[in-house]
Amino acid sequence: MTGSEVVMKMLERHGVEVVFGHPGGAIMPIYDALYDSPVRHVLVRHEQAGAHMADAYYRASGKTGVCFATSGPGATNLVTGLATAMMDSSAVVAITGNVASGLIGTDAFQEADVYGITTPVTKHNFLVKDVRELPRVLAEAFYIASTGRPGPVLVDITKDVQQAVFEGSLDVKIDLPGYQPDVIADEADVAAAAEAVSAARQPVMIIGGGAQSSTDEVVAFAEHTGIPVITTLMGIGAFPPGHPQALGMPGMHGTVTANKSISHCDLILAAGMRFDDRVTGKLSRFAPNATIVHIDIDPAEISKLVKAHVPVHGDVRDVLPRLAAKLERLDIQPWRETLADWKDLFPEKYKNDKPLVSQEVLGMLREATKGAGIVTTEVGQHQMFAARLFPTTRPRSFITSGGLGTMGFGFPAAIGAAMARPGETVVCVAGDGSLQMNIQELATLYKHQLPVVICILNNGVLGMVRQWQEMFHAQRYSEIYLADSNPDFAKLAEAYGIEGHNVFDRADAVKRIDEALAAKKPVLLNFFVYEAEKVFPMVPAGAGIDQVILGDQGPDEAAEAEPREAVKA
Amino acid sequence: MNRHVIGVTVRDRPGVLLRIASLIARRGFNIESLSVAQSETPGQSRTTFVVVGDDPTIEQVQKQLKKLLDVIEVIDHSVAKYVDRELMLIKVRVDNPEERVEIRQVAQDFRARIVDVARSALIFEVTGDEGKLDAFIEQMRPFGIVELIRTGRVALGRTQLDTPEAGVTAGDDPINATNPSTHSAATGRAN
Repeated sequence: MTGSEVVMKMLERHGVEVVFGHPGGAIMPIYDALYDSPVRHVLVRHEQAGAHMADAYYRASGKTGVCFATSGPGATNLVTGLATAMMDSSAVVAITGNVASGLIGTDAFQEADVYGITTPVTKHNFLVKDVRELPRVLAEAFYIASTGRPGPVLVDITKDVQQAVFEGSLDVKIDLPGYQPDVIADEADVAAAAEAVSAARQPVMIIGGGAQSSTDEVVAFAEHTGIPVITTLMGIGAFPPGHPQALGMPGMHGTVTANKSISHCDLILAAGMRFDDRVTGKLSRFAPNATIVHIDIDPAEISKLVKAHVPVHGDVRDVLPRLAAKLERLDIQPWRETLADWKDLFPEKYKNDKPLVSQEVLGMLREATKGAGIVTTEVGQHQMFAARLFPTTRPRSFITSGGLGTMGFGFPAAIGAAMARPGETVVCVAGDGSLQMNIQELATLYKHQLPVVICILNNGVLGMVRQWQEMFHAQRYSEIYLADSNPDFAKLAEAYGIEGHNVFDRADAVKRIDEALAAKKPVLLNFFVYEAEKVFPMVPAGAGIDQVILGDQGPDEAAEAEPREAVKA
Repeated sequence: MNRHVIGVTVRDRPGVLLRIASLIARRGFNIESLSVAQSETPGQSRTTFVVVGDDPTIEQVQKQLKKLLDVIEVIDHSVAKYVDRELMLIKVRVDNPEERVEIRQVAQDFRARIVDVARSALIFEVTGDEGKLDAFIEQMRPFGIVELIRTGRVALGRTQLDTPEAGVTAGDDPINATNPSTHSAATGRAN
């Protein structure tokens, strides 16, 4: 058996059904072994897209995503995808070919120090220069990627190792003395958490991406205790957005109710979230009166930014039922009434006095899908609108680049998610800026005829940058204008063999959405939306989450006020 | 801001130093010294860092180091009793025989060994804690320091004994034991 055959056999052993990749010189032996393998391959048009597809494949299914790339430029093209997966804790195994071991370090053709380049953006990485190590390294890669706090692992394999003959068993033993991912939370910590929660009169729970595989536990805990639940961008779908205890998303573009509740609460029960700066705003103003109970599988996240008064190092899925068993229904009726008042006072709203605005397109999509589908997003205004107006009701179904904020993620992610959950329609919410960062994948989508509906909220500008320039840079619009040189996206789709429509008004939008969702094939809808729409509420960068600019989200009498007056020093 | 001596046991894998250096650089930790060498266990090395930071920073350094898969153990020596030492080679200019005598006398007080002798310079090997080395540098400065190199600190936790002498190190250097003021004289850091 050659090293390349070892790679394919080990993928099979780990249940890998599909690999996203692009061949090249230094990985050709593996592509030769792939030729005879039952593992399917999706040929991407850019390696970055392959990494995003593998990432989204994991996010949608919980099964480790795999991507291939060749040495040098192939591998460096993966870097953005690996960093995206790292920030959002996504289990990805990336396999790259490298030049023959004798050429390493000689500046050979298509050589790059992939091990060095990817060290900071992977959970772990390997450079394999001896075929005898290959089975163990691959087994370790899958184990590391998928256990504990998941993350991307890169295995760089020199070309001579791919070609070398392996004589030995593939039944290998993992040898990782420094890695103990299976943690069971201390009983004392759980008891301390129970004591703190039961004493609270104004508690909130905040769940993040770490709760995506614990939906049942989160819902059971919330309903048992009656605790209100805030869902971060990464946690969307892990708690039903329409649930009476749901307060929505916190942070920079969070709901007024979620942010006010954090500012006024006396306890935060944080589960599988990491107090990202887009969630907390200015740390010194974050939850000034709250006892912080922090459950996380990664101890380095506990007290990293917000000091945890009660740290619980453990898996949310294990801790919440144990915590629930120690708690009665919380005595917090006045707090619940306050929250209900805020929800009534600050409903989600927008003006639809333009031909078409982004928010109403998302409303139509939610109406048409009932929120039950899979949504991927690119990054920018449309992402924030989607998070608030088009959240999904199921876990692992709202797929977005949260930590790294990668433009170009959402479209390949839609392909990866469609591969992971065959038969389900995926809606990719995109901007006209972001989509162009990986638009070449229209070819991949066409080839595999996946039920992906690309919805471009096309405002002709880089909308989020435009918003900041309008609000914080004195309307000096610097390099944001796209409309003068955007392609005709509908025609572009058609050039790739994909049905495409330009949509200008409400009636047409509803009709096109219904048709596209029913089509069960790739469709691109290009919605021309109002250029100057802004995402509100907004907490300006560096401000506290109590210093929110309400904009069009305020009570009606306040809506006319100059936005910046709402920000106090 | 405190100075902590952190001991890290790592697996001897290619790139393990790269991982540690990359982690420290990208998280913005402030490292004063770093030394690495083989430990008593084959396949494992022991690393000693001196980290400067407030308590949350020191906690983060340790947690982030523990996350590295090639890191087996992280110990903050500063929370218990420990012994630490550093080695320095220092080349001192000698202008005349009188100076030579004087320099050798000081070196004797510091238990510094002469490891190279030339007509115009001597190289000393000095071992001790950071304060002793700093003090030796100050003593040598008037004569003229040609160049010097230090290893950075290495440390081991002390064994807990049942005897009342627990925690007293045998053969403590008189300079270290009796002259704590040398710590405050540590202005002339060799960099």
